[in-house]
Amino acid sequence: MIEDTGIVVAFWVLALTTVGCAAMVAAVRELIQAVLFLALSFIGVAGIYIVLSADFVAVVQVLIYAGAIAVLMTFAVMLTPAADRKNSETTFAGPALVLAGLVLSVIVFVAYDTSWNISGRAAFPSTAASLGEAFLKPYVVPFEVASVLLLVAMVGAIVLTKEESADA
Amino acid sequence: MPDLPLLASVKLEQVLVLGGFLFAIGLYLSLAKRNAIGILMGVELMLNAVNVTLIGFSRFVVSPRPLDGQVFAVFVITVAAAEAAVALALAVAVYKHRDTINIDEIDLLRW
Amino acid sequence: MLLTIVTEHWWDIRDLSNLSAKIAELIDAAGGPHWLIFVVTGLLGAGGIIAFIGACAVINIWVERRVVGRMQSRLGPNRLGPFGLLQPVADAIKLMQKEVLQPKTASGLIFTAAPIAFTIPGIWLMAVLPWGRNMVLADLDVGVLFLLAASSLGALAVFMAGYSSNNKYSLFGSMRAIAALVSYEIPIVVALLGVVLFTGTMRLSGIVLFQEHYWVPLLLLQPLPFLIYFISISAELNRTPADVSEAESEIVGGFHTEYSGMKFGLFYAAELINAVVVSAIIATVFLGGWWMYKVDEVVPGWMIFIGKIYAVYFLFVWTRGTLPRFRIDQLLAFAWKWMTPMAIVNVMLVAAEVLLWEETGWSAGLLLPAYVVINNALAVGLIVAFVRVFAPKFQRFPTGLRMYSNIDVPALPAVHPADAAPVGTPAS
Repeated sequence: MIEDTGIVVAFWVLALTTVGCAAMVAAVRELIQAVLFLALSFIGVAGIYIVLSADFVAVVQVLIYAGAIAVLMTFAVMLTPAADRKNSETTFAGPALVLAGLVLSVIVFVAYDTSWNISGRAAFPSTAASLGEAFLKPYVVPFEVASVLLLVAMVGAIVLTKEESADA
Repeated sequence: MPDLPLLASVKLEQVLVLGGFLFAIGLYLSLAKRNAIGILMGVELMLNAVNVTLIGFSRFVVSPRPLDGQVFAVFVITVAAAEAAVALALAVAVYKHRDTINIDEIDLLRW
Repeated sequence: MLLTIVTEHWWDIRDLSNLSAKIAELIDAAGGPHWLIFVVTGLLGAGGIIAFIGACAVINIWVERRVVGRMQSRLGPNRLGPFGLLQPVADAIKLMQKEVLQPKTASGLIFTAAPIAFTIPGIWLMAVLPWGRNMVLADLDVGVLFLLAASSLGALAVFMAGYSSNNKYSLFGSMRAIAALVSYEIPIVVALLGVVLFTGTMRLSGIVLFQEHYWVPLLLLQPLPFLIYFISISAELNRTPADVSEAESEIVGGFHTEYSGMKFGLFYAAELINAVVVSAIIATVFLGGWWMYKVDEVVPGWMIFIGKIYAVYFLFVWTRGTLPRFRIDQLLAFAWKWMTPMAIVNVMLVAAEVLLWEETGWSAGLLLPAYVVINNALAVGLIVAFVRVFAPKFQRFPTGLRMYSNIDVPALPAVHPADAAPVGTPAS
């Protein structure tokens, strides 16, 4: 449980910003504005990570999510010029809203009802070095598999969007 | 320890509720949006929500290796990046054939 | 009361962190809350940095135009004030009194927010740079990674500007700019990875302390990352020779075609601010920041730092004044075929060197000069090897006359019977 005033204020401001931007993603009428609000909510989530003393993961989040995935989405919007750019909903919008509300209430109930095994430890001093060790000692196999996965994704994306060459 | 009012401290429950909000909004987006990119935005929000809860657990809960939550979160970010790349490549490839990425109109396997 | 503190300790301007220590004492003595210290010192530091950046943006307008002018054998601005020193004032007034035109079909909010989103990451980067031994606004443990993350946010601002203008030239410009930005992020990351491997820390103050401890600027130990970083960051900054996104002769204005008045002024200022910030990063990581071989015990560290910033900025202006512009496909090929492989080879070599250093435990005085020689030789060797393999053959003298009648021109498709005769038919 964190009690420092500054950190608590920061957490609430960032939490409200993030949830607000995520709600705007659903509510705005233009696709490009939705993508930009999504990028803002990614940065808000990075702020939450810093509050929870995960500084390395926060910077990785900004670098990859806001800096690469958001740019990927804008590229996809630019490469589909004749597609519909209005951020409209399907006919399932009503039931989806009900379902989302139900899921949210279940999560809130479970969060407040379970007795979590809280430890009173202080914030992590600095996580970059210990994360690096964790990647190379206990978790080295998932680390290597993740690199193969990224290679496969790269090759797959290139193959999917390759144009048929005229002299094939 | 004394029970501080809701706004005066950050506890695990509040982090989980934040994650829950993000997950619910992401779920709504991926079920209700008509554009394929809108659906992908919902999926990315859901993955972010999961990461927030993972990091919250790593910060607050008793554990022999407390940094495991952050390691898991980095792996989720990596896999999300790979999946976003492939999903957007798929959307662009479908666009080349059907001239639309509106999922209401891409509902037949072949015509 | 703050004023008396400043006037009492004016001689101590060498280390401005004393001021923040004094403020902390004051607040504690007055019984204020603990977080107020962070707020006050943070605001002071941020105010100082923003004042410096604002001053630089104004001065650099003059520096750039005057120095580029002198390099091109012309005078540069010399009418307003002595040596044209009031030129930035005139530029600012001109931009402020221009009408801010906004096309009706442009999305209002994104159009206005794009210049702001372009400026902000640049100013963020200054927060992690050390100005003196204890003078860092935010001594992040992942400082180098923060630099990379904040510079990758610029791509989104470029897209916002280009897309919201609803203008095909802007869209072309922003697509070219984002392609270049994204391609050049990889050499930047891998080049700085070599530096971080060597110093063993991602904290920027730690990198400067490494250079101070071993008495060698990282420029000598890692020449290849310096070159790769310098060239790649010129592309990221959209500076000539890599300013394909705003090539005035090619695509009108690129992503800032539709901007006028102070919004364009903000783009212009943001480019200058980014150039200053990047010069500061190079000065910190490769040249040693506030440290200079015992001089920093006499001259305040931040003055040395500002001197180094302007030295690196002069290098940027020098390349701008000298080199012609790349084509976009040349630019992207350069990133993927030249910069990335060189950076990866450098990382492998640096890893081997660091492993040798750690495993054998030989003293640094023995190993580091050897590493300087090896790294410089590798840099020269790699560049020569790449030029031999990848560069197209340079034809110094034409090998013969090219006769017009020997040119083989394919026949044009006949749309109209009168067009059926192609132009350059070889004389039969």
